[in-house]
Parts: sequence; structure tokens; C-alpha cells
Amino acid sequence: MPEWIAACAVADVDPEDVIPFRYDGVDYAIYRSPQNEFFATAGHCTHERMLLCDGLVMDHTIECPKHNGRFDYTTGKAAGAPVLVDLKTFRVKVEDGTVYLGIG
Amino acid sequence: MVVVGGGECGARAAFALREAGWSGPLTLVGAEAVPPYERPPLSKSLMTEPHASAPTTICDTEMLRAAGIDFAAGIAATDIDRDHHEVVLADGQRIAYQRLLVATGATSRRLPLPGAAVDGVYCLRSHSDALALRDRLRPGARIGVIGGGFIGLELAASATVRGCTVTVIELAAQLMSRGATAHIATLVTARHEQAGVDVRCGTGVVRLERRDEEMLLELTTGEALVCDAVVVGIGAVPETSLAQKAGLAVDNGVRVDTRLTTSDPDVFAAGDCCSWPHPLYDGRRIRLESWRNAQDQGGAAARNMLGADEPFTTVPWFWSDQYDLTLQIAGLPDTATTEVVRRRPDGVEIRFGLGPDGRLLSASAVGTTNAVAQDIRLAELLIARRATPSPATLADPTAGLKALLRQWPH
Repeated sequence: MPEWIAACAVADVDPEDVIPFRYDGVDYAIYRSPQNEFFATAGHCTHERMLLCDGLVMDHTIECPKHNGRFDYTTGKAAGAPVLVDLKTFRVKVEDGTVYLGIG
Repeated sequence: MVVVGGGECGARAAFALREAGWSGPLTLVGAEAVPPYERPPLSKSLMTEPHASAPTTICDTEMLRAAGIDFAAGIAATDIDRDHHEVVLADGQRIAYQRLLVATGATSRRLPLPGAAVDGVYCLRSHSDALALRDRLRPGARIGVIGGGFIGLELAASATVRGCTVTVIELAAQLMSRGATAHIATLVTARHEQAGVDVRCGTGVVRLERRDEEMLLELTTGEALVCDAVVVGIGAVPETSLAQKAGLAVDNGVRVDTRLTTSDPDVFAAGDCCSWPHPLYDGRRIRLESWRNAQDQGGAAARNMLGADEPFTTVPWFWSDQYDLTLQIAGLPDTATTEVVRRRPDGVEIRFGLGPDGRLLSASAVGTTNAVAQDIRLAELLIARRATPSPATLADPTAGLKALLRQWPH
């Protein structure tokens, strides 16, 4: 079983947006889809380690703010040049208005 | 399929040919002896991190092999034999092609001055150029940067971070006059001056002279500037010699149509070396020196080489990193007739450029690290969709650009 960490409140993330979350020195990105589902990935782009939370969320895609590397944040799948390596994803659950990140 | 040019454009095109389904022979010809690497870090992180010496590779030899790309490294292509559909390499090898992509990039423009070709005068284009220059960026070194464009200013910032004393000499009245708006130029100039850079606009260099270990720059103001090393960043010229020799049309770069086809239907060109009529800007023929454009055009050319009929309409996009600042520009600011300013609560100003018909044609901004990325990216999408947002909405920082984008669906 993963360790569940309270990351943020549901209201902290706008629909179709992303916020940063840092825990134990590690950066994560927490997403809220246009359908109000929550997802989490590693915080940095796999291309040049830019923080993804400054990037643009469009539907289920997060774009790196620097070079427009694109990932499907629901699966972590890289969507082509310049990003060739997939993004690590993490489990997420929502309970009583709190978003929990599952790590480990 | 043959791709000539082992830079960003050629490498991305080679992989895109495979992704688009080409399973036949595929050769990538690169004049540099190393696998394709990214050039943006050369003026930035490679200069400021003196212990990192390897280039940021786009792909290694194993990835090329796995994709079935025959990589002819360190060999220049010297001729295109269009009658026989063959590329001739410097070592005499002839490689047959059905379709050929010319992605030869650009080379640094040389300073047309006496003394410009001596030791102590550096240009930046390749990884080896970068390592040679970096060696001179020692703390306390006096560095003269000729040219206040993107490359010159990124190098000025990197040299300053390394502890050098930097003077930037720019012929035009403002920095980055070719690529950026006056507003951006003002902010960037202030940041350089705050960091201790001596910025001299409206100033030219009359003469360079080497005196023992020092370089003497004689300026149009009559002053003499003594430097330990001089960097020349006065733009780039498209590398068209191969195309020209083969009789292909050249017009500020290898002339291609919106499908990136040259005057020979079996020969394509993409990236810094080519000029094409941009459909979003009334077919105006443009040539870009841009990392993202090289990448995107490489992909589009590859698909068109395989028979796709894909016009290249991608919005031009540039960025530059100097100190903690990032500037981003989408579209072509010099095509706009009206400027609208959005002043965000965090102090960032987004400058939108509109055409006479109210269409959004450009957006540019400067901010720390990635503060401007989302807005410029959304503006880029609006430009691509030929959106005509009202100036009042654009100026209103509470009106989200994402909501605006929904008014102009694909």
C-alpha cells in the first residue's frame, strides 16, 4: 500500500490546471482535469528538468513551460519531441475535500 | 530517404521519417563528428557550468541504430547530383535518394573587419566553439561582445555570471532590435546594466587588433576598448552553398513552398537554412533561426517527403534566457500595427500585437524563469487560430486567456 500524503484541498486547484507540491524534498505536480478528476506526476519535465507546474494544462495534456514538451498527465506518456522519456505518475485519492498523493 | 544536416532539424526529421512509417533505407549526414546535440545550452548552461563538457545529445548512436538510421558522421555533403538522385559526400561516397531533405542550418556571420579572424575572437555555433570560448571566461577576464542580439546577450549574461567584466557593443540604437520589441529591449538592457555589463548601443567597431595577449577594439566613438577575448554575435547566414551548387532556388535561404518543397519536387529544405511563405502572415516569406522551428519543420518536412500534403503554418516562437530572466515571443511582432498591454498583478507585462483587421499577430513578455510561459503559449494558440480578441479583453489581466481560447475552437 502506498503512503497517503495530504497534498492540497480540492479547491486549491482550478479545473484544467496544475499546482506544485513538494514533499520530503521531492517535487510533484497535482492536476485537476476538466472533468474534475485529480492526477499526480513527477514535478519536473524529463527533458531539461523544468518545473511542470508553470506549464499549461489543456484537456489531459501538460506542456512543459520551457520547450513545450508534452505529456498525458493521466498516464505520464510523452507525446513526442523534444520529450522522449515518459513522466512518472502517482496515485491520487480525494477524501472530504482533501487530495491525497500516494507515494512508495 | 537522405537527410543532410545533423543538427536539431535533421535529427528530428530522421526520427520523424521512421515515426511516419518509412521503413526503407535512411541516411543522416552530419558534418560534425558527434551525434546530434541541442544547441540552446551552448550559450547558457554549458557556459555557466564549467565542469559539464558533454553536449546535450538529442539522440545517441544506439538510438540512431535502433531506429535504423545510417548516421554518416563527420562527413560533409559536397554535391547533390539531382539527375542521378544522389548525394555526394566529401569522401567520394554517393548515397542514392528518392527524396532528400536539406537541413544544413546556418553559420555565424563573420565580422567584415581587419583583424576579425585572429586568435582571441570567438563565434558561437558549435559545441567545440562553445568549449573554446568557455575556456576564456575566467573570473576577471575582460570580454567584449560585438552584437547585442540573443546570442550576444546570453553570452554576456553567462560571462557575467562567471565573473567576467563584460562590454556589449551594438550598432543599433537598442538591443535585440531585430527580434524583440522595444519594451523587452528596455527591460533586458536594465537587467544587464544592473549585473554590471557596460551596454553601448549605437556604437560600432572600426578595427580589431591583437596586442600580445590582449585584443584592442577601436570603436566608432573614437574610444579604444581593451579585452582579453572578443565574442562576435552579429547574426547568422543560412548555409545554402550545397543547394546553390545544385541549382536550387535560393532567396534568403533555400527557397521552399508551404510544403517545404524546394524548386525540385524531390528535394525538401527545413530549419534555419530555408525561407518559406508563412500562411498566417499573408504568405510573407520568412526565415527563422529558431530551435523550435527547426524541430517542427523537420517533422513536417519528413511527413511531406512521404507524401503528406501538410502546409507548414506553425506560429514562430522564440525564447531567450539571461540571468534569471526568460523572454518569450510568439508570432511576428513587426507585422502588428496596434499594441495592447496586459499588466499582470505580478508586474509582468504581456505585449500583444494586432493587425489592421484585429487579428492577434504576436505576443511577447519577459519574466523571471517561467512566469510568462502559460500566457505566451495561450497567445500562440490564439494566433494559430486567427483569433480576433477585443483589445479590452486582452488588456484585462482578470480575463483568462484560456477562456478566450475557447471562443476560437479549432
